[in-house]
Amino acid sequence: MANTYELISGVTVGVGGAANIDFTSIGSTYTDLILKVSGRTANAAYNDTIKLTFNGSSTSAQIKRLYGNGASAASDADGSGAASINFYSTTGGTATTSTFGNAEFYIPNYAGSNQKSISGDLVTENNATSATAALGAGLWANTAAITQITLTPNSGLTFVQYSTAYLYGVKNA
Amino acid sequence: MPNPTRIEINCETGVESIIELTDAEVAEMKYAAQLAAEKKSEEDAAAAALEEQKLAVLAKLGLSVDEAAALLA
Repeated sequence: MANTYELISGVTVGVGGAANIDFTSIGSTYTDLILKVSGRTANAAYNDTIKLTFNGSSTSAQIKRLYGNGASAASDADGSGAASINFYSTTGGTATTSTFGNAEFYIPNYAGSNQKSISGDLVTENNATSATAALGAGLWANTAAITQITLTPNSGLTFVQYSTAYLYGVKNA
Repeated sequence: MPNPTRIEINCETGVESIIELTDAEVAEMKYAAQLAAEKKSEEDAAAAALEEQKLAVLAKLGLSVDEAAALLA
């Protein structure tokens, strides 16, 4: 059980959207980090992928994903050396208006000197047939403490207005 | 027209900054968008080919889609 679970910082995307959301200068005060995202992007599909990068690094990332849409399920992976940890799936621009996907990411021992693992569960929101739920387990094969987390839509488009991201710190003792 | 912006939140100070992307960053975004569009086209084409393959098998067997679904239920 977490001893503390505190909001570190949060943001709501304003008019015009945001190409990425960048949490910088993350202190090493906590044991683990939790990142909660309510997201929608301008992608020309009902969904989009969220790319996570740590400390501005574009190497040493990998992930395995399990996802389904209510009719079929599948899994895939990005092998070691990927530029970012890519999690399916948040809501895209053709989903029902004003709906947002939910996502939560857990990053244990983010300030330690081991390689960094991350898990995530994500769902799209859409009042239509197409919708996806996904789980992902990622690794950033780097021993540096995480001091920066950047969220970017994989479509190369923007997070739209009212998307939110909140970063929490968890202390186990 | 101004470039798109990004949001930077300094977790130490709590200061939130909205920063206009540089031309190089915009070029990176466009490249990412192109890659994503290409990947989606490939996935759509693969899904369509699979669907076509399934229909061809059903035609060989003389079954409709509904009949095949009934058999698999």
